[in-house]
Amino acid sequence: MDIQKTIVQSDPWSELKTFTAARIALGRTGTAEPLQSLLAFRLAHANARDAVYAVLDQPVLLQELQSLQLAAFTFTTQAASRSEYLQYPDKGRRLHATAITQLHEFNSTGYDVCVVLADGLSATAINRHAMPVLKLLLPLFQSARLSVAPVCIVQEGRVAIGDECGHLLKAKLVVVLIGERPGLSSPDSLGAYLTYRPAPGLTDESRNCISNIRPEGLQYQAAAEKIFFLINESLRLQLSGVGLKDNGGLSIGY
Amino acid sequence: MSYRYTIQHHTYTFDSLTTLLAKASPFRSGDALAGLAAADYKERVAAQLALADVPLKNFLHEVVIPYEADEVTRLIIDSHNAAAFAPIAHFTTGQFRDWLLSDAADTVTLQQLAPGLTPEMAAAVSKLMRNQDLISVARKCEVVTAFRNTLGLKGRLSVRLQPNHPTDDPKGIAASIVDGLLYGSGDAVIGINPATDSPGHVLTLLHMLDAIIQRFTIPTQSCVLCHVTTSLQLVQQKAPLDLVFQSVGGTEKTNKSFGVNLALLQEAHEAALSLQRGTLGNNVMYFETGQGSSLSANAHGGVDQQTCEARAYAVARKFSPLLVNTVVGFIGPEYLFDGKQIIRAALEDHFCGKLLGLPMGVDVCYTNHAEADQDDMDNLLTLLGVAGCNYIMGIPGADDIMLNYQSTSFHDALYIRKALGLRPAPEFEQWLMTQGIMNKEGALISVGDRHALLQLLEGQ
Repeated sequence: MDIQKTIVQSDPWSELKTFTAARIALGRTGTAEPLQSLLAFRLAHANARDAVYAVLDQPVLLQELQSLQLAAFTFTTQAASRSEYLQYPDKGRRLHATAITQLHEFNSTGYDVCVVLADGLSATAINRHAMPVLKLLLPLFQSARLSVAPVCIVQEGRVAIGDECGHLLKAKLVVVLIGERPGLSSPDSLGAYLTYRPAPGLTDESRNCISNIRPEGLQYQAAAEKIFFLINESLRLQLSGVGLKDNGGLSIGY
Repeated sequence: MSYRYTIQHHTYTFDSLTTLLAKASPFRSGDALAGLAAADYKERVAAQLALADVPLKNFLHEVVIPYEADEVTRLIIDSHNAAAFAPIAHFTTGQFRDWLLSDAADTVTLQQLAPGLTPEMAAAVSKLMRNQDLISVARKCEVVTAFRNTLGLKGRLSVRLQPNHPTDDPKGIAASIVDGLLYGSGDAVIGINPATDSPGHVLTLLHMLDAIIQRFTIPTQSCVLCHVTTSLQLVQQKAPLDLVFQSVGGTEKTNKSFGVNLALLQEAHEAALSLQRGTLGNNVMYFETGQGSSLSANAHGGVDQQTCEARAYAVARKFSPLLVNTVVGFIGPEYLFDGKQIIRAALEDHFCGKLLGLPMGVDVCYTNHAEADQDDMDNLLTLLGVAGCNYIMGIPGADDIMLNYQSTSFHDALYIRKALGLRPAPEFEQWLMTQGIMNKEGALISVGDRHALLQLLEGQ
């Protein structure tokens, strides 16, 4: 360690780190970043990369849904691989033909709310945070006497996949819980997108978004309350998107 | 008109110059997504062979987006300088490539040629060129601009200090600024991407940047990268605004998606000039571009993403900017899939911009869902240093905690300057020496904990 200290030139302004999470006062060796911070960066990137290529833990998700007495479907989309998903975003917005057949055969009689769990750009986010949020939401749904459709678990799915699921399940409203694009400090950030009267072809301005759901960001309880608030408002006003004001400082989704 | 090329009894036909340009483009995911890419390797080379035979004059007669339908096309055609074009008017695209690489095409010749070139000519010739060709020719170009310092001189590499913060906290931003300045960054601009675009909010940041620059008499300029309409409003309030920023694209529809048009940019340009805040020069505009923006806005009109990007440079060129940079890897893997595609696109953008006479910088960057990492950025940074790039971004530890992507760090800037013997802008270099931050050899000096810059946040 002593050798390390004499080689690495530290910066005499490390107290400025209290003002920002930015990687300041890293010190240097020659012109280079010291190994310690280089490896810290590499680990953060590894977490983000692994999140992009993570897969939904379907057995666990199904088991937990069952314990909540929720029926569930597991679907794929028209994106056959992660590589295809990344290069052709539209393919992640449409269900695989098998899923469509399944939903037609199910012949829904209609529900108030449909919940979709989609991997998005971080299945890790779903694996970690979807069930805790859902467990808080369900009692709220029950208290408001909202009927809940079977949960759709979608691999290689983007936000708009909820439109097709919700439409075929004849739901008044769809809530898509989805893994957001991982940042270096947030590989497991969950997003919630809400769309009233979901139907294929809708665009971002008809959705509301709650972002950065994770213990270090927007916490489960607060997230569930915001989602429930928006659901109630959406059903009351019969709309979603730009016309639905968040009141809680929420932003519109992308 | 249609273009043909026959290889081993198979005749490839391209129904227009637009199609030919698209099919000749080195592969990238965005062109495949748009359905414009060549079907296979051989068709791509056939298109390049056909493109090599296309006279440069054709680009003045056969436009890729109709003149009547697009103000960017009108700008390109109406502002074309025939006299500057005359020396190369007899060339085919292929001959133009060979000439650009010859010793006849020296720095002054290329500077005089720039107004005679259209973006489509630059894009076309770039599609025939290898990476080393793009570097060799760009290296010969020199585009110098000035505001409070002089940027783009040969042998110099500048850095935009990008001190972003997720909530625009002034102390958080100031901490990153101090870090960057003490690492020798900030000569291109101290430029903040604000978390929100409200005028009052931007004004607070402008005052803060102005106070830092004045207090330490830093020969640099500041910018808060808000929408041009916000800047216009702030100029009317006599805000301390150095540069007007705007993202621009290569089609009228793309610019519409950004909420701008040429008239609005003209208005903003004149407004910024009226403040007369530059001491060494009057380049007051800062533009950002990036391949894929037109496709993303569904506004490409069948034109490949690299040609669209080159057309954005015509928009930038009209307003004599201080800085232009392509944010090459920010847009995501559906446009540029991996490190190879990002590197190629960056070299193309830098080459085309320089050839057209723009002070090109590059945001050497990627997102976490792209197949790229810091090694790819090291490669690209080194290539751009050799190519004579005007400036890069400097972000603490290369990690932008507001925009959630990775770019280049203050350390990276030190690396490339040292490896290639590049120096900061002359006025800023002098300031760094006066401040005891850098020595005459360009090496960083370890400052003590009593350095004046460290007092900026004292007592906060």
